[in-house]
Amino acid sequence: MTALLALLVVPLFGALAAIALSGRAAGVAVWAATLVTVAAALALVFPVGPPGIVTLELGGWAPPLGIALAADGLSVALIVMSALVMLGAGLAAHHSIGPAGEGGRMAFGFWPLMLLLWAALNAVFLSRDLFNLYVGIELLSLAAVGLVAIDGKARAYAAAIRYLVYALAGSLLYLGGVVLTYAAHGTLDMGLLAARSPAVSDGLALALMTAGLMAKTALFPFHVWLPPAHGSAPAPASAMLSALVPKASFVILLRLWLEAMPDRASDGALLLLALLGVSAVVWGSLRAIAQTRLKLVVAYSTVAQIGYLFVVFPLVGATGGDLTFRSDAWNGLVLLILSHGLAKSAMFLTVGQWMNVTGSDAFDRLRGLAVAMPISVFGFALAAVTLAGLPPSGGFTAKYLIMTAAFVSGQWVWALVMAGGGLLAAIYLYRPMAALFARSAPPETITVSTSRQLVPLALATASIALGFLAAGLLEMLPSGLPGPLAISGEGS
Amino acid sequence: MTGLSLYALTGAVLVGFGIYGLLAKRHLLRRVIAFNLIGSGLFVFFGASAARGETVDPVPQALIITGIVVALSASALAVGLIVAKARVSGRALLPEEDDDA
Amino acid sequence: MTLLLDAVLCVLLLGTALAAVLGRGVFRAIVFFIVYGLLLSVGWVRLEAVNVALAEAAIGAGLTGILLLTTYGKLTRVSAEAEPDDAGVNLPVALVSVAVAGALAWAWSVLPEPTRPRAELAEALPRAGVENPVTAVLLSFRAWDTLLESVVLLAALIGLWLLGRDEDWQQRLGVPQHARPGGIMTSFGRVLPPVGFLVGVYLVFIGADEPGGAFQGGTVLAAVGLVAALAGLIQPPRIGQWQWHAGLVLGPLVFLLAGVAGALSDSGFLGYPEAIAGTAILVIEAALAASIAVTLAFLVIGPPEKGHRE
Repeated sequence: MTALLALLVVPLFGALAAIALSGRAAGVAVWAATLVTVAAALALVFPVGPPGIVTLELGGWAPPLGIALAADGLSVALIVMSALVMLGAGLAAHHSIGPAGEGGRMAFGFWPLMLLLWAALNAVFLSRDLFNLYVGIELLSLAAVGLVAIDGKARAYAAAIRYLVYALAGSLLYLGGVVLTYAAHGTLDMGLLAARSPAVSDGLALALMTAGLMAKTALFPFHVWLPPAHGSAPAPASAMLSALVPKASFVILLRLWLEAMPDRASDGALLLLALLGVSAVVWGSLRAIAQTRLKLVVAYSTVAQIGYLFVVFPLVGATGGDLTFRSDAWNGLVLLILSHGLAKSAMFLTVGQWMNVTGSDAFDRLRGLAVAMPISVFGFALAAVTLAGLPPSGGFTAKYLIMTAAFVSGQWVWALVMAGGGLLAAIYLYRPMAALFARSAPPETITVSTSRQLVPLALATASIALGFLAAGLLEMLPSGLPGPLAISGEGS
Repeated sequence: MTGLSLYALTGAVLVGFGIYGLLAKRHLLRRVIAFNLIGSGLFVFFGASAARGETVDPVPQALIITGIVVALSASALAVGLIVAKARVSGRALLPEEDDDA
Repeated sequence: MTLLLDAVLCVLLLGTALAAVLGRGVFRAIVFFIVYGLLLSVGWVRLEAVNVALAEAAIGAGLTGILLLTTYGKLTRVSAEAEPDDAGVNLPVALVSVAVAGALAWAWSVLPEPTRPRAELAEALPRAGVENPVTAVLLSFRAWDTLLESVVLLAALIGLWLLGRDEDWQQRLGVPQHARPGGIMTSFGRVLPPVGFLVGVYLVFIGADEPGGAFQGGTVLAAVGLVAALAGLIQPPRIGQWQWHAGLVLGPLVFLLAGVAGALSDSGFLGYPEAIAGTAILVIEAALAASIAVTLAFLVIGPPEKGHRE
């Protein structure tokens, strides 16, 4: 319970301190808040007692009047992943952007926005109240847009505006669904909604919320804002934006369909979500193959990877018959989110370091870096292994679980998508890898120290380690898999 | 038709007007106005639904106040970006929608 | 008779909204939008939502209007106010708009009988410490929303400040204003602030029992500051002046500390012991109103720019 509270309030205290304090005090406050939040996240994984879903009614007011929070397996997994990514991005930003309180424009703005983004993520991963989630994703979007625009170039402004247009349109659609839901049921709590007596307007409400969240998650065909936004932000910001921000709206989507209104999750609706996911995998991968700048390859790869998450919907949302495969699909999905987040943040951080050295992320400028900066190139290569889903990595184990579920359920076509997407990832990652390992005179001065190169390597290693540790980790988490097969609960 | 239905339908049409402005108009300041119209249309609909029954439900009113403040925050950041963009490019349009760019 | 009044109001709302979307020229669109906001606050009174009416008039029409007008001024300085020709009807978009509006209208017609937390509210309200139910929802039952919302304002402001140029970072905030001495703005600026200040403070303090509260009052206070700045009575501050930064974070900080204090006692995070709930809410609202006033005023002024007269 203490850990849960710390996750909500400590990043906020840190952000306020970063705004109000200056000089060394600001830097100390930011790092204190960061480390305490990381510790609180880890405390959720290693609870004192057996794993169980922790719930909290804020202010002591129970829904429908109050707001309820709950930490289930999905929340815990995402909170821990956020903590690791934030720690890595913070360490990288400490050097590339400058410590908090240093007086410059970027150093002043980056740290409060990072901590506000983090607070918003934790709030969204824990909340079960539809309107509270709306405020949470607004905080997330505004902080994220600020980070996209931070470098002050014309291209960044255009990218930030396009991102904001999509984010705000998405918010309004979501808000429309929330309004209809409350108007029909007089509650915003997911638990109470699950037990509601269905209304005719629920379909429209769910459709509006889904469309809005798809725009915020950058699911094909609402993905056009993502590559320029993630490609224009400074590397530590891109790492957070790609690894974490789309996951927040995705988690809400998942909870809406599986937890709040599972009665509306018809086969046809789940199929539609999965088909959009397949389109995202194909289109994102093809666009990634066509790029000549590494940052854009990595950004388009996010479009494809988000697609996988939607492909899993028909498996985790299946009803009727023997449903033992659902827990495999669910665990695979959680692992996929984690391994993508860790690998993708590692990639953006390495690309940032290389741009620092060579001044560009064009492929031909990367030649020979494998000799000059072996540690960060090794980190990139490990992250690539995870993204392509090769063994032994978190990406592999995730896809293995999902493909098993696909075969068991008889929906083997989703297994083909998983395998085919891995092949496409190998193709779009081949060209940058070839450039990195090309025999060529490396750049003369390497301005990035070994210890800084270790940061992305650590994140990439974690994404590989997930492959080995998956079984143990999944046992430690209360599942949070909604529906008849929930393997969660007290003392499971 | 009762008064409440009148407001609810007005809210629905306001949302429609706003969507038209957001999608069909290219000047970014006009789009900020359209965004605010959609939001306030939704709020009017919400407010009408809260006034049904014998007593008015205060919960939607509180949510609407929160929503109005959030909309202002988003609008302020949006117009800041528009001014910054216009300062470097001389245009308050997105590049891909700018015929003269 | 009242139905006729409502019908006229709705027609006016739709007319001004349509003019704001389709009318020629961005400037006129802004003016129509402000008129729309003022009419809408009358609509909120008709919907028995006086708290919302105050927020709409102060924030929706007032501050958003000033924000749009000052932005228009900034755009004319770089000749970016002109609109491309979008006059023709965009049929696919029109169809989408009609479809969404139609879907909402349909949803209204099929809404089930209102079910709402009436019993829970009746039971909880006496324990909340305030009589205005909207304030109870904002500051007590859904305090977490309101706390997050107060930092949404901060996130927007930090993002906005970052849009200033590196070389202007040490300058005063906003576009320099040079009101003519003895002009209407100057005399307006001398009269309005004292009155506005009293109104703002009054709105914050009656919010516990009557319509009003931190957001409405804070917005009026922000407007006072803006008018004084526009009249040249006060110079906007610079980023880095610690007292203003303290003002920005005061409200969220007090709110957070009160929440944590609740967690340390038995009331739980963001819960207040019943005996002191009213006082706690008043203190939080006062601090919030101060921060909201500073933040909103800064949001409207914009990032630092050069050219201020010292």
